[in-house]
Amino acid sequence: MGRLSVNLCGTELDNPVIPASGTFGFGYEFAEIYDINCLGTFSFKGTTKEARFGNPTPRIAECTAGMINAVGLQNPGVEKVISEELPKLKKVFSKPVMANVSGFSVEDYAYTCEKLDAQEQVGWLEVNISCPNVHGGGMSFGTDPKAAAEVTSAVKKVTKKPIIVKLSPNVTDITAIAKACEDAGADGISLINTLLGMRIDLKTRKPVIANKMGGFSGPAVFPVALRMVYQVANTVKIPVIGMGGVSTAEDVIEMMLAGATAVEVGAANLINPTACKDIIDKLPEVMDKYSIANLRDITGGIK
Amino acid sequence: MKESIFKVITNEQIAKNVFRMTLKGDTESITAPGQFVNIRLDGFYLRRPISVCDCEDGILTLVYKTVGRGTEKMSELTNGAQLNLLTGLGNGYNLEKSGEYPLLIGGGVGVPPLYMLAKKLIALGKKPYVILGFNTESEIFYEDEFKKLGCEVSVTTVDGSYGIRGFVTDALPQKYTYFYTCGPEPMLKAVYKSTATSGQFSFEERMGCGFGACMGCSCRVITGYKRICKDGPVLEKEEILWAD
Repeated sequence: MGRLSVNLCGTELDNPVIPASGTFGFGYEFAEIYDINCLGTFSFKGTTKEARFGNPTPRIAECTAGMINAVGLQNPGVEKVISEELPKLKKVFSKPVMANVSGFSVEDYAYTCEKLDAQEQVGWLEVNISCPNVHGGGMSFGTDPKAAAEVTSAVKKVTKKPIIVKLSPNVTDITAIAKACEDAGADGISLINTLLGMRIDLKTRKPVIANKMGGFSGPAVFPVALRMVYQVANTVKIPVIGMGGVSTAEDVIEMMLAGATAVEVGAANLINPTACKDIIDKLPEVMDKYSIANLRDITGGIK
Repeated sequence: MKESIFKVITNEQIAKNVFRMTLKGDTESITAPGQFVNIRLDGFYLRRPISVCDCEDGILTLVYKTVGRGTEKMSELTNGAQLNLLTGLGNGYNLEKSGEYPLLIGGGVGVPPLYMLAKKLIALGKKPYVILGFNTESEIFYEDEFKKLGCEVSVTTVDGSYGIRGFVTDALPQKYTYFYTCGPEPMLKAVYKSTATSGQFSFEERMGCGFGACMGCSCRVITGYKRICKDGPVLEKEEILWAD
């Protein structure tokens, strides 16, 4: 057990750094430039029951210290993820991977989770009830405690692996949603998904994003994410994965002090493809600086 | 793909809102004309994808248009400035299909990637015919550079202030074996309709990462979908599905 290792829902991770879903594909693009086995694990591209092309382009807008995306859960569908993506992934990643799942009905979620739960490579299921970029699904389950609980218990019934529910920040009280998921059997909570945002092109006076609105992420959202991680970690007893604007080793430690057991890194991967490796390499030095012997001891260490 | 630091050698204006930057650095991963680099700029979150205009002996040439605050900032960089680049992005043009008389059609800031393409085609003994389309005379660049390579060049301007009045499709030659094009989408559509042979189109899209991870620049094609940054930016005529 190294000094960076943490335990996520019963499984040891070499370090708490996890590339977030939607910013890391199925890992291959990154495996071209570094050995991705250095990661704690990673959360693969959000997978749905059926294949989805996603939203029209432009899907991306730049912001100060961040970006908006409205990809809309583009993915090949769970069957192809299992038959094509996972075998390819196996060649470049030997650790258990986190399967990220989205859906448009409670049945969708259960169907997709059950299929992925049966895959040997999958270590955890991250159930995304917080995608802001699809209509009639995703975020609508994550903004109501009752619906969030319903998805959680339906998924729990058909799976054996740890269920981590990914929450939306676009709610009045995120602790109520987190509590509902915990009560429904969730093994962990991850937060935050992106904040609903928008940009307008001054020349055309049209929204920059074809879908008008999208999910805002990047360093600008870090303080909001940290606050919500702190609130949720103080509400639930299950492990919390913190994410939102994390870009440096210092950010990882700050998230853990707020109550996170592990930390996901999203947008930073898109700007700096070696972001996660850089953070992992830098962690020991920053731990020394702040007299941290073992990372696993600092979760919730805020005074 | 490779991430490395490049040093700016020159950066000069060559036409209205158009600049040419030369940089020195590790160009090893740039393997085909039509590829692009993704440039990190201080003060901007997303990188700026810019097509490769030329690449020889470790010197990278980029010709870009100032269209917003990021590219304006780029235009202010001077000799010695250091830039973090992702290089070797995108598939680039496939030279094998060109035939003896390839036609190269560029519109505005779509012209630059055709320069390295023309150079490579000439090195293969081909005889490229080049059509360069602009709105007006003050925007014209690289006519002489293409001529110096030994290409036959036609220039069109929409307002007729220079060369042939009209669009690139008003200057199509009688005979060509294949075509390569890059430019604004309305021009690409017109080229698609007006050309008699098969060819390759280079597309532009707003990108998140530029290397295939975020799905920010996906487009539909006959066989499913492609990521403009990773599976493109060059698509074959036969696989294109226009958005509307």
